[in-house]
Amino acid sequence: MSAERLPLTEPPFVRRLLIGVTLAYLGLFLLVPLAAVFAKALERGLALYWASVTDPAAVAAIRLTLVTAAIAVPLNTIFGLAAAWAIAKFDFRGKQILLTLIDLPFSVSPVISGMIFVLLFGAQGLLGPWLAAHDVHILFAVPGIILATLFVTVPFVARELIPVMEAQGSEDEEAALTLGAGGWQMFRRVTLPNVTWGLLYGVILCTARATGEFGAVSVVSGHIRGRTNTVPLHVEILYNEYQFSAAFAVASLLCLLALVTLAAKSVAERKRTLAVEPRSAP
Amino acid sequence: MTPRILPGFRLTLGYTVLYLSLIVLIPLSTIILKTATLSWSQFLSVVASPRALAAYRLSLGASLAAALINVVFGTVVAWTLARYDFPGRRLMDGLVDLPFALPTAVAGIAMTTLYAPNGWLGRYAAFLGIKVAYTSLGIVVVLAFIGLPFVVRTLQPVLQNLDAAMEEAAAALGADRWQTVRRVILPELSPALLTGFALAFARALGEYGSVIFIAGNLPMKTEITPLLIMIKLEQFDYAGATAIALVFLVVSFGLLLGINLLQRRVGIGRLEEGLN
Amino acid sequence: MASKLLGAVLILGVAVSTAAAAPKARTLLNVSYDPTRELYQDVNAAFAKRWQATTGETLTVCQSHGGSGKQARAVMDGLEADVVTLALAYDVDAIARAGLIRPDWQARLSDHSAPYTSTIVFLVRHGNPKGIKDWDDLVKPGVSVITPNPKTSGGARWNYLAAWGYALKRSGNDEEKAQAFVAQLYQHVPILDTGARGATVTFVEREIGDVLLAWENEALLAAHELGQGTFEIVTPSVSILAEPPVAVVDQVVDKRGTQAVAQAYLEFLYTEEGQELAAKHYYRPRLAAVAARHAAQFPSVAFFTVNDLFGGWQTAQKTHFSDGGVFDEISKAGS
Repeated sequence: MSAERLPLTEPPFVRRLLIGVTLAYLGLFLLVPLAAVFAKALERGLALYWASVTDPAAVAAIRLTLVTAAIAVPLNTIFGLAAAWAIAKFDFRGKQILLTLIDLPFSVSPVISGMIFVLLFGAQGLLGPWLAAHDVHILFAVPGIILATLFVTVPFVARELIPVMEAQGSEDEEAALTLGAGGWQMFRRVTLPNVTWGLLYGVILCTARATGEFGAVSVVSGHIRGRTNTVPLHVEILYNEYQFSAAFAVASLLCLLALVTLAAKSVAERKRTLAVEPRSAP
Repeated sequence: MTPRILPGFRLTLGYTVLYLSLIVLIPLSTIILKTATLSWSQFLSVVASPRALAAYRLSLGASLAAALINVVFGTVVAWTLARYDFPGRRLMDGLVDLPFALPTAVAGIAMTTLYAPNGWLGRYAAFLGIKVAYTSLGIVVVLAFIGLPFVVRTLQPVLQNLDAAMEEAAAALGADRWQTVRRVILPELSPALLTGFALAFARALGEYGSVIFIAGNLPMKTEITPLLIMIKLEQFDYAGATAIALVFLVVSFGLLLGINLLQRRVGIGRLEEGLN
Repeated sequence: MASKLLGAVLILGVAVSTAAAAPKARTLLNVSYDPTRELYQDVNAAFAKRWQATTGETLTVCQSHGGSGKQARAVMDGLEADVVTLALAYDVDAIARAGLIRPDWQARLSDHSAPYTSTIVFLVRHGNPKGIKDWDDLVKPGVSVITPNPKTSGGARWNYLAAWGYALKRSGNDEEKAQAFVAQLYQHVPILDTGARGATVTFVEREIGDVLLAWENEALLAAHELGQGTFEIVTPSVSILAEPPVAVVDQVVDKRGTQAVAQAYLEFLYTEEGQELAAKHYYRPRLAAVAARHAAQFPSVAFFTVNDLFGGWQTAQKTHFSDGGVFDEISKAGS
């Protein structure tokens, strides 16, 4: 082998150029908007900031967002586990179709996601008359918001779990079965621990989307101040009432949540990658 | 057919199909049902009206432009993050996912504030005679923000798993660095690049929350398709709204199908794409 | 008094029979259009106090705001509004046609159910650098006009008809010349926000455009509270008399048993206290006494109405704003 140095990496100036471009691009697109939100939020001082986020309407919005996430995320997690189990561990006809169907909400614009629930539950909609007769309120009330959020976040957990489960194969579970474990025991004590980080990763993504959804919720909410507004909608309302600092103050809460999500995601990601490392033969 | 060893197939498959039907399929079917109330000529006149066509053009064009920007810069970013070390690398790497985690409305008002003629960045653009907010350029900028993570996150795992031996072999055979990059590494990356591009494109197509703040919403000029749907809804023209939505859905769904097929064909595991 | 008593008994009866599910306090939902946010904040507080004093019942009035057409759609889709306070009679008529409001709604309160009025004026930057004095100046080269989307915003429709009306008067009722003028006007519009408030935000906060076509009350709000000294109001020579109506949503109040309180709420807008609040928020009050007190704020303008020049809202909506109408023609031609 020749003793010369082989050109295995880029010349220094190219490296520096690329790093510079990366920093500039990410700085421009990520850091500057973040900074703008916080700067505008604190423009009128800390007192106004605090007042904006503790205002009763804001608190109601926060509560609604949390309640929505608290219902939508667990439901979609259970779905994700079930779907991943069926898809990753078994072979059947139509698997590809099922996979694509699960991904469907990704390709639907948020406006359409909200609109279909109006078509279904609105007074002029398919189920409208029945709902009115039984005095059940879905649209323009909390149940409608939860349903719209459910729709939009269906794929998240499933999409994360499927590759993880696929990569791990069924050996562990089969071993457990031969050792006499029952179905649920096997699931609880073998499968779940194996997919913990993938599951967590999916749950984090699902939660982030559930708390931040705007378009779909905007269509089904009645925009009733203090009652049917989630935090993103409340930001829009404040913006429309000329309370820009307040709008950005509430928006900054969402930014903080996003940053926390990112941190949690990094941790979960590192652990998940470790869990999927191919097992070396014994 | 070999009997299934693991339990729970019927239960999980049944639950999955039931849940999907209730939450996803039945609501979506309302679009088809409502559109079906239109006659063919009505359908065509709505879906092919000049205003709708202008909206499709804008949505497709802006999403394409944004996805291309993300391909170029996303490659640079992914390469730099995967291969070089520099102060702040960990931080930047984590931040790349910000557009995923940030609500679209917040992104919308933040970008609009930044790029308005009196905003931090808009004022420099205005100085150069470029208008960003309320033009198609503003829409492209916001869509580029939204799609930023897709290309980066799709490329990173592939870059990390590249076999160094290949590069060494190329170098040993006399290729200079640029040749190695161009003829050995980039072809390895192109399937992932394509996937990332398609994902960013699909995501940008349907985007609403962030764009409506920065778009000018002028019919025929700066009106995106989701906004047109929203406007038809607000005019009590449900059938018209669903007609356009159906067309849009078919296009997006087709894209998604294409992506899935591409993934299977090229054999990239879904885990490695780092998809969301 | 008797009807109030009957109403109270009715409410009591309904409340008792649905005790388990009923909220602790009585609530009303007022679904309104975009710019009335500040007005109803004050009105709701004042009325709740008054209701508490007269009946001892705690009342909360909830608000929902948005473009007038959009809000009407929501009510028809099931948003349970006890009262609607929208930008134009057409939107309330649409709700009536859907069966939620009795067809004779407009006659049930005085002044065609419009307790306050407003008009369309121009908001310009300090010093009026482009020298905007009247409608003709809006189509001067280099003038950028901000007005919302007539398809979604009620205020936008008033703006459009005001411009059209001016052109009619100037050209001796020539519809073609009027269309040419309005088409030219919309060529000067760079952005169409979905609501009146959005347009004001664009003009005030984003500093886009030379002149904002706005409700008089929006313009006064912007000039007095958003940027003292930054804006000036220019009142055109002739403008449209805008009469935003209010109505009780019969189907909803019958179901919720809030008939009496909803009616009282709307009637409150006509009382001296209610009219003072309207004037405070820059709406032109109907009550002569209150109007006299605030005369300085509201210059006199030569008004025309929708009925005068356009044959009423039904005709106007059909001709101009529905699909295939004149506005669609104008938009298409302009691209």
